Amino acid sequence: MTEQAPAIELKGISKAFGPVQANKDISIRVMPGTIHGIIGENGAGKSTLMSILYGFYKADRGEIFISGRKTEIPDSQAAIAAGIGMVFQHFKLVENFTVVENVILGAEDGAMLRPSISKARKSLKSLAEEYELNVDPDALIEHLSVGHQQRVEILKALYRQADILILDEPTGVLTPAEADHLFRILDNLRAEGKTIILITHKLREIMEITDTVSVMRRGEMTATVKTAETSPEELAELMVGRKVLLRVDKKPATPGDVVLSVDDLKVTDDKGVHRVKGVSFEIRKGEILGIAGVAGNGQSELMEVLGGIAQGTGTITMNGRTIALAGRDSDGQARRRAGIAHVPEDRQREGLIMDYGAWENVVFGYHLDPKWQSGFLMRNTAIVEEAQGKMERFDVRPPNPKLAAKNFSGGNQQKIVLAREIEQNPDLLLVGQPTRGVDIGAIEFIHQEIIRLRDQGAAVLLVSVELDEIMALSDRIAVMFDGRIMGFRDPAETNERELGLLMAGIEGEVDGDEWQAIDRQLERKEAEEAREAGDA
Amino acid sequence: MTLMTKFLGAAAAMALSAGAALAEPALIYDLGGKFDKSFNEAAFNGATKWAEENGGSFRDIELQSEAQREQALRRFAEAGLNPVITTGFAFSTPIANVAADYPDTKFVTIDGYVDPEAHPNVLSILFSEHQGSYLVGVMAGMASESGTVGFVGGMDIPLIRKFACGYAQGVKAVNPDATVIANMTGTTPAAWNDPVKGSELAKAQISQGADVIFAAAGGTGIGVLQTAADEDILSIGVDSNQNYLHPGKVLTSMLKRVDVAVADAMAAGEDLETGVKVLGLAEDGVGVAIDDNNAELVSGDMTTAVEEAKAKIIAGDTEVHDYTADDSCPALTF
Amino acid sequence: MERMPAWADVVLIPLISLLLAAILSALVILAIGENPVEAFNLMVEGALMRSAGWGYTLYYATNFIFTGLAVAVAFHARMFNIGGEGQAMLGGLGVALVSLYIPWPHWSLALLGSCVGAALFGAAWAFIPAYLQAKRGSHIVITTIMFNFIAAALLNYVLVSLLKPVGAMDPASANFPAATHLPTFQDMFATAENPLFRGAPANVTFFIALAACLFVWLLIWRTRLGYEIRAQGFSESAAKYAGISPARIIIIAMLISGALAGMMGVNTAQGEAERLVLNSTEGAGFIGIAVALMGRNHPLGVLLAAILFGFLYQGGAELALWTNIPRELIVVIQALVILFTGALDNMVRMPLERIFMALNRKGA
Repeated sequence: MTEQAPAIELKGISKAFGPVQANKDISIRVMPGTIHGIIGENGAGKSTLMSILYGFYKADRGEIFISGRKTEIPDSQAAIAAGIGMVFQHFKLVENFTVVENVILGAEDGAMLRPSISKARKSLKSLAEEYELNVDPDALIEHLSVGHQQRVEILKALYRQADILILDEPTGVLTPAEADHLFRILDNLRAEGKTIILITHKLREIMEITDTVSVMRRGEMTATVKTAETSPEELAELMVGRKVLLRVDKKPATPGDVVLSVDDLKVTDDKGVHRVKGVSFEIRKGEILGIAGVAGNGQSELMEVLGGIAQGTGTITMNGRTIALAGRDSDGQARRRAGIAHVPEDRQREGLIMDYGAWENVVFGYHLDPKWQSGFLMRNTAIVEEAQGKMERFDVRPPNPKLAAKNFSGGNQQKIVLAREIEQNPDLLLVGQPTRGVDIGAIEFIHQEIIRLRDQGAAVLLVSVELDEIMALSDRIAVMFDGRIMGFRDPAETNERELGLLMAGIEGEVDGDEWQAIDRQLERKEAEEAREAGDA
Repeated sequence: MTLMTKFLGAAAAMALSAGAALAEPALIYDLGGKFDKSFNEAAFNGATKWAEENGGSFRDIELQSEAQREQALRRFAEAGLNPVITTGFAFSTPIANVAADYPDTKFVTIDGYVDPEAHPNVLSILFSEHQGSYLVGVMAGMASESGTVGFVGGMDIPLIRKFACGYAQGVKAVNPDATVIANMTGTTPAAWNDPVKGSELAKAQISQGADVIFAAAGGTGIGVLQTAADEDILSIGVDSNQNYLHPGKVLTSMLKRVDVAVADAMAAGEDLETGVKVLGLAEDGVGVAIDDNNAELVSGDMTTAVEEAKAKIIAGDTEVHDYTADDSCPALTF
Repeated sequence: MERMPAWADVVLIPLISLLLAAILSALVILAIGENPVEAFNLMVEGALMRSAGWGYTLYYATNFIFTGLAVAVAFHARMFNIGGEGQAMLGGLGVALVSLYIPWPHWSLALLGSCVGAALFGAAWAFIPAYLQAKRGSHIVITTIMFNFIAAALLNYVLVSLLKPVGAMDPASANFPAATHLPTFQDMFATAENPLFRGAPANVTFFIALAACLFVWLLIWRTRLGYEIRAQGFSESAAKYAGISPARIIIIAMLISGALAGMMGVNTAQGEAERLVLNSTEGAGFIGIAVALMGRNHPLGVLLAAILFGFLYQGGAELALWTNIPRELIVVIQALVILFTGALDNMVRMPLERIFMALNRKGA
């Protein structure tokens, strides 16, 4: 083994964007037939490094060796030629093409498509058998689940004869079952001698599947260790640069009066698909209700109706008063007046105006408050001052109110949203995916703030696809599947396996290989959805 | 280009500094532009003819915007150019605005009208287009076998309605049961130069049974005449003699002697007589074009009828209604 | 991650673009056998060295300020209003109706009245496409451009059939009563011994345009409506989240945009022609797009770009008067400036960014 040339060797890679040093003198050796994890906080430089390897950026300094040979990679064509395949976090697929069309896109053999397609179909079949990468080659991408779309990305890379596969945060969009399947695929690929680089910020995945792991922090490679010889605590410390609490410290809840009560809520989207099919629950003062579920099972729509973004039917009372679910009084302003604050799932699309400065964002949604108005004009100076204070209290870095939101890291963006919503002292806080794309250091802080708000007597509705997070924060857990609540659980008395089954729509125990059963069930559901989409 | 260079050549460079001494005439075209194959081009041709015959030179400008009307008038007057001749009715108001500031300069508006009492240094030249149109209407009415004739106008403005109205009266005079189909190309200045649309309108009129079409539409008319020739029916040209465009297919052209008016004004120079001049049939300001290209199409009866109608109009026995007199037309509804 | 200092973005890029346009224009002029240096001198001489030249430059600039601001305001809500032309036509109609049918005692009151009339008519014309976009999702670009044609037809009908004095040839309204005539720069600044701005059409409307610049700046960056307009422009989904109704913002932004475009009618109809002529907008609505693009949708930028285009128009007129450069080529020169400053922005920006990044790296 040791005599063999590394599949990839990077020597002294440096890359700067203006004054920001994204990669600083990075060297790394990845041995063939291994899974090499790269872990680090957001903005640590992982994606930049991989973009250099894939030819999107040119390194300022440093050399790349592929299988022992020095290689120049000026563009992605060169990377593909060198046997490198990349699966991006955001898939690069043509939605209204079929699987096989996407696979051959850019790798057609000639002007005529038919020969390429039949060749690709054959090779897709053998790849599917070899690596458990089964996808219907004639399905349209837009009808596939996220997990299947990801398989198409992997197939694309393998079809182009990739020996080295880079996966950027591959599990961010997957259910536990899908993630598990992905790991089995990666296992098979490793067994066939492929080399895999896995970029993630999830410690559990690193521990579960990688052979070696490199840790990046602030553009530097701080350590490369054998996975078997390290622990999650050690890795977290290496990533953040200090000791990190991986568990959330919280007192037991002391629920008070009912704040929000939802009865038989139904939501239909613009395409006429029923997203929420009659949901009922209530939340009390000083209580966090966590809603677990695979993305796309109605949680988002539930949050949108509560937050005044979408319309629905049913009865919702807030502090004993019925709130409108349609019409003029169902908008976000009406919700805010009713005492509901909302940290939306997608802070970049909803929670923030990315081109606004931090100061303009700290009043976003509350900009009509008379305290920010004087006559026709807005009190910009007062708003900047307010932003300054909020940024200090929530440790937003850099603490510059004039900086546009898009120039903050994900964690700091989230802190700006949280600062805005939490400091309104709402009766009810809606929080969607509070730590998605947020680095470990900030996760800890965000969790503490949510619990602090609960302890002050607010009700909190938490939606997250991260089971760990749901388990850690919630005082009660509801699991959503297919627009319905499958059941409520006490976090102290349940476990990930039970929740995972509920998330897949399965109540009670499953005999035999339960994950396979879930896979089958999920596939059935997908087929159903594809049919529905076809009908619509 | 070559034409312009020929006449303007060296004089252009000097005009800035020494314009005053030259006392050349100036010609300002309307927004349609110099080479519109019609009205403005007729003015340019008249000026060119005058320059060739008398060895003179003139300065001209094509406008780009409404505000330039006054500007061009003032700048030419300040440079000492005299007379300053303008084409198009739109100059009436700008000339009325500036004339008093330059009492030594003579202004000419062709198609426009400026009150001669208030502005003694302005000559307004008007054409009796309705009379000329009446004559081609008479010919169209006689030439038509189907009893349906067409009219394609350019931009929908009163002047063009005046053409259409005179034409319709002429047609009805010889065939009271005739149908006159009138279409305007558009409502923007683009309508003056849209031969494709002209062709479409001609086709539409042909499908409605028209077998003679009068095009009073500037550059758009080229398309009308072309389509009429292709479809083997007759057409009537306008302003200049357009008979030569499709020999044997163009019944006649309604002449409007803008070229003569311009050449006359240039010849008169600084001694130009001002006031209001109306050029009608009597003055040969308008008329019909008969030449070798259409001689076969014009029968003896037709010639007699036209001559008769012309004599009656000149004598005042036939009154051709002028649309712009009261904005209405007895023979045609718009 | 700043790629380039702000001053380079605001100053350097337009300057380089202009320079490129100037070089290409010079080549064009050379190609037809004229002297580009002389032509340029003629433009500067005629447009900037005489007060009357300024009078024309600022007259055109006034038009472009209004239409440029109109495009800019709509653009802040990510609405591409290319219907400025039609809105300005209707604005002119508003001015005409107000000026003709209300007996104004003094021009200052008439000015107020016609501003309101122009704004109302322009806004009304923008309302229909705005409503269709907000409630029906009909694309604003398509509807506004179609409304330009409808406006042209409507104006033609109104002028030819309703407003034209009987017997007149010209499809134009009657002259406005003398009490509505606005003071021109000549009236305001010329003295017996110093006859400034002689005959130039620039008039008091220019100051209204300046006020409009200030108004737009305040509106967009200092009021909560502007805050909501920009929020909607940057992210509709975020606006919805914040309880800002996209439909409401689209309609309001388009109404303001249409009103601004309409107010151009005050300058052309009441200020210059003192009647409503058919062809009073002359493409200024479209020039407004280039002006807004070049001015980066900021009122100050719009003001400067409008003056530049005013200079090009007036300079172009001078070229037409005193050279043999045909009108079409003058349009080509104006188009080159639009092309370089508006459409080909990135052609200059990308290399410049690279240069600045290289400089930064050396500095660091």
